[in-house]
Amino acid sequence: MRLPIDTFRLANGLFVTLSEDHTAPLVAVNLWYHVGSANERAGRTGFAHLFEHMLFQGSANVAANEHFELVQRAGGTLNGSTWLDRTNYFETVPSNQLAIALWLEADRMGRLLPAMTQQKLDTQRDVVKNERRWSVDNQPYGTWWEKLPALTFPPQHPFHHSLIGSMEDLSAASLEDISHFFATYYTPDNAVLSIAGDFDPADARRLVEEYYGPIPRGVGRPSLPPMEVPPTFGEWRREVVSDAVMLPRLYLAFRSPVFGSDGYYAASVCGAILGMRRGSRLQRALVRERQIAADATAFTFDLPKGSDLLVVDVTARPGIDGETLEQEVANEIDLLQANGVTDAEVERAVALIETDFVTSMQAAGERADKLSMFATYFGDPSLLNEQVDRYRQVRTSDVNAFIAKRLCADNRASLLYVPREGEAEPANVADLAETVV
Amino acid sequence: MTVVAGPPRPIPGPTRDYRFPAFERLTLPNGLTVVVAPVSKLPVVTVVALVDAGAAVDPPGCEGVAQLTAQALAEGTEQSDGTQLAERFERLGTALDTSADWDSTTIRITVTSERVAAALSLLAEVVRSPTFPEREVERLKQERLAELLQQQTEPRGLADDMFSRFAYAGDSRYALPDGGLEATVGSLTRDAVTAFYQSRYAPSSTTLIIVGDIDHTTAHAIAGDAFGTWEGRATSHPAPSDQPARLTRTVHIVGKADAPQSELRVGHVGVPRRHPKYFPIVVMNAILGGLFSSRINLNLREAHAYTYGAFSSFDWRRGAGPFTIATAVQSDVTDAALREIMLEIERMRSAEVTDAELTLATSYLDGVFPIRYESTTAIANALAALVSYALPDDYFDRYRIHIRAVTAGDILDAARAYVRPEHLQIVTVGDPSVIRAPLEALALGPVHVYDAEGNPAAV
Repeated sequence: MRLPIDTFRLANGLFVTLSEDHTAPLVAVNLWYHVGSANERAGRTGFAHLFEHMLFQGSANVAANEHFELVQRAGGTLNGSTWLDRTNYFETVPSNQLAIALWLEADRMGRLLPAMTQQKLDTQRDVVKNERRWSVDNQPYGTWWEKLPALTFPPQHPFHHSLIGSMEDLSAASLEDISHFFATYYTPDNAVLSIAGDFDPADARRLVEEYYGPIPRGVGRPSLPPMEVPPTFGEWRREVVSDAVMLPRLYLAFRSPVFGSDGYYAASVCGAILGMRRGSRLQRALVRERQIAADATAFTFDLPKGSDLLVVDVTARPGIDGETLEQEVANEIDLLQANGVTDAEVERAVALIETDFVTSMQAAGERADKLSMFATYFGDPSLLNEQVDRYRQVRTSDVNAFIAKRLCADNRASLLYVPREGEAEPANVADLAETVV
Repeated sequence: MTVVAGPPRPIPGPTRDYRFPAFERLTLPNGLTVVVAPVSKLPVVTVVALVDAGAAVDPPGCEGVAQLTAQALAEGTEQSDGTQLAERFERLGTALDTSADWDSTTIRITVTSERVAAALSLLAEVVRSPTFPEREVERLKQERLAELLQQQTEPRGLADDMFSRFAYAGDSRYALPDGGLEATVGSLTRDAVTAFYQSRYAPSSTTLIIVGDIDHTTAHAIAGDAFGTWEGRATSHPAPSDQPARLTRTVHIVGKADAPQSELRVGHVGVPRRHPKYFPIVVMNAILGGLFSSRINLNLREAHAYTYGAFSSFDWRRGAGPFTIATAVQSDVTDAALREIMLEIERMRSAEVTDAELTLATSYLDGVFPIRYESTTAIANALAALVSYALPDDYFDRYRIHIRAVTAGDILDAARAYVRPEHLQIVTVGDPSVIRAPLEALALGPVHVYDAEGNPAAV
């Protein structure tokens, strides 16, 4: 599978990637701004994400909430998302509606500020506070999102602080912050625009030049504090959280090679060997054979700078306490350290990853997002076509080298959730709630 | 410095035609139906075995057995144990997904096209000769019990389950979660799983759906090889009851002390999937709470900032699934949010929607249609719904025509007939010490308070 990829750059620095596919009359537009929570200043945690909400509140030629309405009226889907080091905005529309999607993104890239008001900021601030309550505060284990980065990156590191932000910092955000953030980061030279699907390249290029060409280049983004961290923690870090949960859950993190590096692919394969699907180590050993865990997965954060994280996420079965859970997971990691992985395990992992990757590329929106990602991180969207080969080239010895270097006891961080006093499981599970009202 | 004017807002070009992928059906001599839809975008194929064995036909006292059976299929066959099976699938770069919803059991794989024959033969082994090892059935039971335990501190799932319990009559299968409750799951045995399998899984109750980079001839040949010699007969089963628990509006508070938000579910028993007013109901719901730009979301989120999001839905099943408005609001505005929800329901029933609202909903549902079917999985799921609900073969070809034909008058009729304020069951998982008095003051109906297990709370 090789996707056609074309690129060009406007004089104002906007980098554009194009990938044609005429199998269905639809087209995806995707914008990555190279800014995320890492770029927030002290006292403004959560601002990058709050700002993402404000981008749906209209621009000079678009009324509040009209962005959503115009895309949906066009028969399209849309959203945006904020991550540690990037923010993306995306639409998939019927192919005859490409112009409106490009125009809407250009109007807010070029002309956001005339539409910003204190009232809109106050409303979105409260919406975001409710998003925080919904996804973090009122959700079992919901705080792992902010506790794990805090545990694994040093206090001044750009990845240390909360992405969703604290209630206090959200309250402090002002219209002045909006103007400053917009002028600094929402500029064409700090963005990648991708178009994937059913479009005519000449038409698309003409529209991009017309809509985005006049937007002035930015003054350059301030550099981040140093991102580099040692390859290992140098210790086994532990944090135990007593919370409103019924079962213990362990997030066990390892520093791992940054996304896109040679070492990353070995780490990613190791993650799949540990926790991807039923045939993985942890699911076989802890869920099926020993019945210690109700569920077990592993994943990488895919961070391209500083350090990536490989994270194992295991929930205990009723009757298993937190300490036992942590010990059992550690034993499995130690076993991996002692004996390494087999060729068969590597083949299984690579085969699963390859199918998932090819399957995900069926959606134009997913293709456009990955093109933007590779262009933003590495300046080269054609890396998308290299991914399957990069995984196929991973040897068992590469995975074992990764395990030897990075899964050792002094490169572990345990974030362990345990039931708060009084919230432990009842003695007899079968007695619960049989009353049907 | 900012250029405020900018280029003018563009108008759309001419639309390009789209057709839902053409599919062909054939029936094997043993009664198994095969549906094939070649789609050659990327080299992958999705295969779904759809079995007429949904949670709605769980025998009384065995609620949860359809899901347990679906999960246990992959735990061992006459040829392989569960670990070997997982490995055999995963070495092919695929993993078996098995699940049961209300109406069907689905056994699904997505695999690269050069491996489809081997993967389909494995899938057939799982469907045709599962052994249901006692130890693994017991383990899966314990995993479901763990999930139910977790739910006591997970307000979203708890609110969904409690809503069903308060909306449907006690003898309706829909009153209990599709995966069953502690009491019913706890008593399931390997024998119950085997009996469910033997009565429901058979060639005549199974449809094999093959979508992707494959031609009809190859698909038919490998389907015949995999399933042609399967024998067995499914027993018939009665349609489940979908009667409501009560016809008086009632408020149910499920206590979660110190909850920063109230999870709200407001609704009542809706209508079955095969319904003459399906399209007016779909468009009406889009305007009421189905879209981001719906009345309920714009009111609760964008005007009042009570919530991160508020939506309404009709849950489509063979029987009458629920109509529900769902949101999570800051605890201290629970009553205010409910008042707005009641106002929006009244507004929907009292006057026709505007032309702008109507065209937003219809042009969205019309335009987004091809975007829904970008993947082989999405197409296979759509064909599974077509089979499960016995929709006509030209259903997808006529979908957009039906949507475009809906009028403001149809929508008002649908709102008046199928959204019934006096029947609403209002369920909230939240902190009773904060929300009880305000909800009583709203006077929407009697207010009952329960603990997280649904038992009446001591006052």
